[in-house]
Amino acid sequence: MALELHGITKRFPTVLANDDVSLTVAPGEIVAMLGENGAGKTTLMNVLFGLYTPDEGEVVVDGHPLELGDPGESIAAGLGMVHQHFMLVPVFTVSENVILGLEPTNGVGWINQKNARSLVTDISDRYGLSVDPAAMVEDTPVGVQQRVEIIKVLIRDARYIIFDEPTAVLTPQEVEEFFGIVRGLKEDGRGVIFISHKLDEALEIADRIVVLRDGKSVGEVDPSNTTKEQLAELMVGRPVDLVVHKEEAEPKDVVLRVQDLVVLDDRAHRTVDGMSFEVRAGEVVGIAGVQGNGQTELVESLTGMRTSLAGHVFVGDEDVTDMSPREIHKLGIAHVPEDRQESGLVLPFTVAENMVLDSYYDKPYSKGIQMDWAAALESADRLVEEYDVKASRVDTPVSNLSGGNQQKVIVAREFDRDVKLVIASQPTRGVDVGSIEYIHARIIEERDEGAAVLIVSSELDEVMALADRILVMFKGRVAGEFDGSATPTEIGLAMLGSGASNE
Amino acid sequence: MTAIAETPAVEVRVRATPEERRSTVVGWVLISLSLYVFWAFVFGVDSTLDATFNLSFATDRFTDLSWVVNARVLSMVMAIGIFGLGIWRLTRQGLRYTNISIAIAFGLFSLAFLAWAAAGSQFSLVGMLRATVILSVVIVLGALTGLMCERVGVINIGIEGQLLASAFAAVVLSSAFGTVAGIVGALVTGGLLGLLLAWLTIRFRVDQIIAGVVINFLALGLTSLMSSRILSDVVDLNAPKRIPAIRIPVLAEIPVIGPMLFDHTYFVYGMFILVFAIHYGLFRTRWGLRSRSVGEHPKAADTAGINVYWVRYRNVVLGGCIAGWGGAFLGLAQVARFEENMTGGIGFIGLAAMIFGRWMPFGALGAGLVFGFSRAVQQKASILNIGVPSEFLLMLPYIVVIIVVAGVAGKTRPPAADGQPYIKQ
Amino acid sequence: MSDVKPEAAQEENPAPPEKDYQGMADRITGVGESLRRALILPTLALFLALLVGAVIIMLTDVDAWRRMADEPVAAIRDMLVGVWEAYRELFVGAFGSVRGISETLFTATPLILAGLAVAVGFKTGLFNIGARGQMLIAGLCSLWVALYVDLPAILHVPLAILAAVVGGGIWGGVAGFLKARTGAHEVITTIMLNFIAAFLVLYLLKSPLFQAEGSNAPLSEVIPESARLPTLFGTGFRVNIGLFLALGAVFFVYWLLYKSTIGFEFRAAGFSPSASLYAGMNVAFLYTAVMFLSGALAGLAGATMTLGLPPYAVSDNFAGNIGFDAIALALLGRSHPFGVLWSGLLFGVLITGGRAMQAGAGVSVDLVIVMQSLIIIFIAAPELVKTIFGVKSVDEGPTQLTTGWGA
Repeated sequence: MALELHGITKRFPTVLANDDVSLTVAPGEIVAMLGENGAGKTTLMNVLFGLYTPDEGEVVVDGHPLELGDPGESIAAGLGMVHQHFMLVPVFTVSENVILGLEPTNGVGWINQKNARSLVTDISDRYGLSVDPAAMVEDTPVGVQQRVEIIKVLIRDARYIIFDEPTAVLTPQEVEEFFGIVRGLKEDGRGVIFISHKLDEALEIADRIVVLRDGKSVGEVDPSNTTKEQLAELMVGRPVDLVVHKEEAEPKDVVLRVQDLVVLDDRAHRTVDGMSFEVRAGEVVGIAGVQGNGQTELVESLTGMRTSLAGHVFVGDEDVTDMSPREIHKLGIAHVPEDRQESGLVLPFTVAENMVLDSYYDKPYSKGIQMDWAAALESADRLVEEYDVKASRVDTPVSNLSGGNQQKVIVAREFDRDVKLVIASQPTRGVDVGSIEYIHARIIEERDEGAAVLIVSSELDEVMALADRILVMFKGRVAGEFDGSATPTEIGLAMLGSGASNE
Repeated sequence: MTAIAETPAVEVRVRATPEERRSTVVGWVLISLSLYVFWAFVFGVDSTLDATFNLSFATDRFTDLSWVVNARVLSMVMAIGIFGLGIWRLTRQGLRYTNISIAIAFGLFSLAFLAWAAAGSQFSLVGMLRATVILSVVIVLGALTGLMCERVGVINIGIEGQLLASAFAAVVLSSAFGTVAGIVGALVTGGLLGLLLAWLTIRFRVDQIIAGVVINFLALGLTSLMSSRILSDVVDLNAPKRIPAIRIPVLAEIPVIGPMLFDHTYFVYGMFILVFAIHYGLFRTRWGLRSRSVGEHPKAADTAGINVYWVRYRNVVLGGCIAGWGGAFLGLAQVARFEENMTGGIGFIGLAAMIFGRWMPFGALGAGLVFGFSRAVQQKASILNIGVPSEFLLMLPYIVVIIVVAGVAGKTRPPAADGQPYIKQ
Repeated sequence: MSDVKPEAAQEENPAPPEKDYQGMADRITGVGESLRRALILPTLALFLALLVGAVIIMLTDVDAWRRMADEPVAAIRDMLVGVWEAYRELFVGAFGSVRGISETLFTATPLILAGLAVAVGFKTGLFNIGARGQMLIAGLCSLWVALYVDLPAILHVPLAILAAVVGGGIWGGVAGFLKARTGAHEVITTIMLNFIAAFLVLYLLKSPLFQAEGSNAPLSEVIPESARLPTLFGTGFRVNIGLFLALGAVFFVYWLLYKSTIGFEFRAAGFSPSASLYAGMNVAFLYTAVMFLSGALAGLAGATMTLGLPPYAVSDNFAGNIGFDAIALALLGRSHPFGVLWSGLLFGVLITGGRAMQAGAGVSVDLVIVMQSLIIIFIAAPELVKTIFGVKSVDEGPTQLTTGWGA
């Protein structure tokens, strides 16, 4: 009785995502699958769960071969998956989401709502996953949404459960709770696969660790005699520096001042609800917090992409509260947006066109009404070289580049001028380790050259590595302020709204 | 600006939310409208004139029901009502009631207009109400078609073509083989065109709007071609069998409401049944939950084991059949013959009704009635001979649609995956 | 010691090759690969449609079918001859004579302009179905100038054309403005505006303002000679300077989209409104401007139909089906100005040749309509065409031009 994957190979048009990968998971075993962004972990799990059809290979569940490419089959075989990006319909209630696919009905297809609700509460009571069945998912916090996903898996009595980056959205405290649930599943005799790029967590919870790199399985290790450094080296293929090297910060004048800012989201909720803070030249301020506490809207408001409802924002002496994105940009503010493919780049455009996205309207790229593409291409060539972007030509669509290189294009574009303030939102999400190192180094460099830097990231590790000062954002306000000596636990408490500052 | 070092208390400046701003704009528009009503319909009419609104037909149980009212007084009351709505929008702001205010104001305005038009004479209000229902049937059915498709994430611009083609099929088949054949033919035609839309957009991932335009073009071209070649020669094929109206006993005796709602062909009753059925189907059954999940978050539906492609095919074809029902009504009952391009844009009005009705079946019904009412007003006004050229009256429904779409759009939430193809790898 | 041979030194450190930045700009400026694709697709689709048309001709060749039972071989030969004769008429009719070429170009002119109107919209992510309404309004404006302003031809014609451009532009701009400010989807607004324009034209052409004396029909007075578009080959042939307007528009739109700064903004907004917002572009303004431009181009098409169509009296249906055909042209030509030009010419050939085919070979002109429909189906599914021809190309993903009802 086991879950076996044999020789799984999956090709996409531009990349070989899985290359002859094999894996075995026994019931009651917790296997962690590590690898950096783009290593093929999620692809492999999507194959297992039937969202992708592999080009080669087979899967055997408890002795029976699994029909691939059909989530229904995978579910029937006893597999369950909790995805990184939740598969929940925002406008449905919790119980509707849970019962989707196995609705309790009477003869004509009429759904028995009471039945549905009790199904949910049964499981939630039994496993200690408290949720409100009647709540609309889009109104529930991320931690609750994850519990709903787990209930979905358990209600189908999955014997092997896959978790894809489950801790990305949790505070340190919630991570401990989550581990408790996972251990409970293990005691129940279920097999668990746990995908992550967080080395500490894998070492803590797993019985066995499998490492993927560039689509291949490069090793299985026993957590009890491995170190983080060894794991990182396996993941990347070379020794990795896990620490960001930076000198002590020497903050000077206040560059960014936010005062009582209130911003509405698309559904007219006050996601930023009276936020005030400062960022000085020569320091990195990191905003930590679980996603969904207003960070996105805060950054949009600071960069002119969303109008605020109340409050003020000052850059230096200027009131920039109602300025347009272009005016703010011209003041020397660099913005690395949260969603690079949506806002930061025009994917079908070439690398060169994307490089001048912020400056095309002015000399030397534009002479009055006409563009000078030769100049843009030349400048793009130079920037690609300087910022280590792996693009063979600058006149190919930027969609051909990997996530990390796309992000470097944005960084190159934004940093290649006199920058007074850097606002970077989730700067290394979905980016390979090499690019992460590079981007982090570049950010510190800007700081040392006198810029004020504001980082917003839901990866606490990143914030703690980069920031000189940490602000925790909770429900639209600053819920805690910490300096370099804070522990993750302290910060985690603030992220849940129950901590204070250590300053 | 003061130096940063000082941190003076900065006054908190609060700006209006977009909802509030829209409410304000609508409020001012309504107030101006009420002033116009005062000027045009109150003072534009002789104070001695009465308008007589007939509220019953000669065939009703309670005959000779009529409402005689001083035209000026009625218009004044309407104007005050609109003014009140405007004030309400200015003071109590919020999106929810803004849409309803617009709809009610439109109704009040129309009543004032009719009072002015009918001053000194009489006209059948009940007749106009009945006409409203009849004229809204195709719009509501078009809206339901669009709704069925969009609730699973497929935008259907081709409703116009589906209506036209199924009207053609209904007329020709009914003339040749009888009413049942006509209706079946219409349902099949609508369904086939729905199948084409689904096939183009799902299998070939054609842009949904382009696919819809193609269907319209095809339907218009083929029906016009066949109409000019076949129907002009073989006139017998353009003479569908008559469809009688069915009077529902007891309910049809209710004054005003009776003749308005309960004395129609079965097509109309079918429309009402469909509205209820789709509403409860969408929100209470397994079919509805799964369909909506496909329209909101197809990936989530996929992971729950639902076949996204099949659900889309199925619902789009069903939607096409609903359009077929509408086309059958148009060809067999409402006009009772086929004329080239007889739909005249009504499919698009149906789309607007779907949006106005927030992708809900009852909303579609309400919106459809509003648009139907505007068409009824246009018809009545031409008969009343009030001196406005007919072409301008004919423009009226289309102008109303633009106003509605401009006033409503942008703040409503279509199904989240609307318009996006689902790609399984 | 300066004894080092210069050539040797050069061999060790060759200067890096000069990068051809101007050449690289091809891809960005809409030539090279994207142009090739824009020209190939219409040609392929036309070829396919001709093929299917040939089959239809053969299938409806009643005489040949009668012969089939007795003399199958001869019958088939008859069918093939029938196809040959029909298509010969088509091509000879379209460009076998000066008259033919003139007619082809004359027919193509408004199609090209209207196609450009729709293409410009597509490039910015907007779906302009309102070309018909814009043409109608523009035509009215030019008609007014033609009838009521008294100027020598050298001023009269340009003024009338200008009136058309402005009128059409405003009619289109309204839809763009509504979209920018309220998010109202342009598909619905432009279609509604089409109907409103049609009724307006009907009314005005029956009013004393425009109506020809003694006529009860919606037909205007004959416009004076000074306002008519001068023909290119004398009075026998219909092609007029409208052709140069169309060609000029093609080059102007090309320059605008690929070489100008605002064209860059148009295309960026078309691909990603959110990235454009981030980049500081005023997307609302862009939407309005593009719809104005689109309406202006359609307006030019309208002007050619009112000022350039003998016998120079305007009826209420002067825009015909051109608005719809324009969408097909824009899709066929992949929204590339040269693609639209080529597609417009092909359509002109089909329509003119179709008439000749009817007159000469007795094949109904409906066949041309069928072929046009087929072309449209093919362009709506480039995947289908590619599958048939086994053409491999870089996967561009689905042909997504629009993103639902959201603004």
